[in-house]
Amino acid sequence: MDTFIQQIINGLVLGSVYALVALGYTMVYGIINLINFAHGDVLMVGALTSWTVVTALAGFGMPGWLMLLISLIAAIVVCSVVNYLIEKIAYRPLRNAPRLAPLITAIGMSLLLQTLAMIIWKPNYKSFPILLPSEPFHIGGAVINTVQILILVATAVTLTGLTYLVNRTKLGRAMRATAENPRVAALMGVRPDTVISATFVIGAALAALAGVMYAANYGSVQHTMGFLPGLKAFTAAVFGGIGNLAGAMVGGVLLGLIESLGAGYIGALTGGVLGSNYQDIFAFIVLIVVLTLRPQGLLGERVADRA
Amino acid sequence: MTETIRRNKLAAFLAAAVLLCILPFIVQMAGNAWVRIIDIALLYVLLALGLNIVVGYAGLLDLGYVAFYAVGAYMLGLLASSQLADTFPGIAAAFPDGLHTPWWIVIPLGAICAGAAGVLLGAPTLKLRGDYLAIVTLGFGEIVRVFLNNLDAPVNITNGPKGITGIDEISIFGVSLGRTQHFFGLDWPKVTNYYFLFLVLVIFAVLICYRLERSRIGRAWMAIREDEVAAKAMGINTRNLKLLAFGMGATFGGVSGTMFASFQGFISPESFALNESIMIVAMVVLGGIGHLPGVIVGALLLAALPEVLRYVAGPLQNMTDGRLDASILRQLFVALAMIGIMLARPRGLWPSPEHGKLAPTPAPALTPDDPGVPQRVTPQTSTVTNVVRGTGSKHV
Repeated sequence: MDTFIQQIINGLVLGSVYALVALGYTMVYGIINLINFAHGDVLMVGALTSWTVVTALAGFGMPGWLMLLISLIAAIVVCSVVNYLIEKIAYRPLRNAPRLAPLITAIGMSLLLQTLAMIIWKPNYKSFPILLPSEPFHIGGAVINTVQILILVATAVTLTGLTYLVNRTKLGRAMRATAENPRVAALMGVRPDTVISATFVIGAALAALAGVMYAANYGSVQHTMGFLPGLKAFTAAVFGGIGNLAGAMVGGVLLGLIESLGAGYIGALTGGVLGSNYQDIFAFIVLIVVLTLRPQGLLGERVADRA
Repeated sequence: MTETIRRNKLAAFLAAAVLLCILPFIVQMAGNAWVRIIDIALLYVLLALGLNIVVGYAGLLDLGYVAFYAVGAYMLGLLASSQLADTFPGIAAAFPDGLHTPWWIVIPLGAICAGAAGVLLGAPTLKLRGDYLAIVTLGFGEIVRVFLNNLDAPVNITNGPKGITGIDEISIFGVSLGRTQHFFGLDWPKVTNYYFLFLVLVIFAVLICYRLERSRIGRAWMAIREDEVAAKAMGINTRNLKLLAFGMGATFGGVSGTMFASFQGFISPESFALNESIMIVAMVVLGGIGHLPGVIVGALLLAALPEVLRYVAGPLQNMTDGRLDASILRQLFVALAMIGIMLARPRGLWPSPEHGKLAPTPAPALTPDDPGVPQRVTPQTSTVTNVVRGTGSKHV
């Protein structure tokens, strides 16, 4: 039972990170129908930026939480600028191009970000300092540390804020209108280009938050660190029904839970034949099963085959 | 007039054939490493042609194509090396030197298994469209890789991350392609032998694709790509044809895999990562999706570019005091090339012709704005017109 609670906690923490990144994928997809392959690498840029800031601030004797906050703000600013530029340079000119063209520039951008990160930050692993008190809290035999609690709280707050933004504000309405039909939205006085840029900036801010928390939780940063969370988050977005905000959140958290529970129990279930090194395939197996039974994703709407 | 053009075409064809035959011997003078680059590029052409069937013709975005490549490679790796005999005493007793199945059994077997894997993957994903399909195929590719990586325990089948070594070279009529041979007073090192093997395969593959594209099946695939519902309404059995596309594409992947394994003599799961799948998709799209010459150009470019840059990047590295090492520069150039080419030519480097003509047929003396043009277009070519315009639509 203790293992069970522990795996649930781990799963929720992991799932929160996935959910934050998945939101970036799903918002972009909802508006311009593009898989932004570079999104995982934006997370990496965020984590590395915050590492740089934290290392630079190390000598000033500031409290850990303040350093983390400053580095988070820096990461959000840098990531927003990066994602804004990516959209402007690589996706905007191709908005009316064949469907797969922006996909290839997205892949190119992902490669470019990784390469630039390698040049700027060197390819080695860098350890992310422990900034928050690391004594764990005990919950019925399971443990949770401050960083993990922070991740859960920050994710919950961000998701609430985002839901408010999308459903209640003028920008949110413009985003939904653009997603529905950019041309008609433009006729109603919405500027699709501005809205799309805003979407990329918001997605980048979420990815930066996820990146900083991922780095703080796992304690190391490197230029390829964005790949796996990016891939899983994309999976989560599709799992929940791509283009659907609530779906991305649910998909992310569920995926995190499935992964950590799967990794925790597979050894016992298969009598030790399969070990936790199969963790990465759970997500995909569940995904394939879910999509076979429910092709539009968990919360996705059933769309007509052709409008 | 038609006659001269036909004759010119024949001459160009013969010239190309002669050039392709003497190419390795010329390049050999610069070093076998360069022939090797060409070999690898040809292998990628084969892969890209296979993927083009799935992505280009049938319009199914497959991000796990490398899984079939892996199936083929491991098929040959397991059946033509000492790996299985090392693990299973029973096999070792029957074949004391290890399993060394001849290529004419293993290669068809690899093709069949990969094709079966393709159909197997296709079956549950038939209902999915576009990006859902992309992520499921991606997941499938990762699943295959993770299994290859971990199947060294409890029973050592794939030897895990260490990979399989000592894979047999192909030998045809007792002539081993792995050793330097001497024919016609020329040296035929391993890379040259494999060059000709790969060349034959590529030509064969091009012929298959060329015929497929113009066949009932090919046209049905394109109809499905453009509008699945309409295709169904026209009486096309979309289920079987999609499965066939997956199977055909996977078969090409499987054959390339067996070739790769015997050429390298060593395989490990690392060669079959997601990046490879993405690279092959990039080749198809960069070159010109659904257009054979384009796909070939894309594959040659993306396969050869990094290798060639390896040699070019050295001097650049010295200029920057070694801060940028060669592999980083190479990656930088590839990334910039991918972005730059797509921005400049969104439909690919060599896309299929826009206006309903597959090849520049010489006969019509019509001006482009002649109202007679639409009527002259044959039904087959008009399918292609729609195909080309339709790639702009939102559905993959």
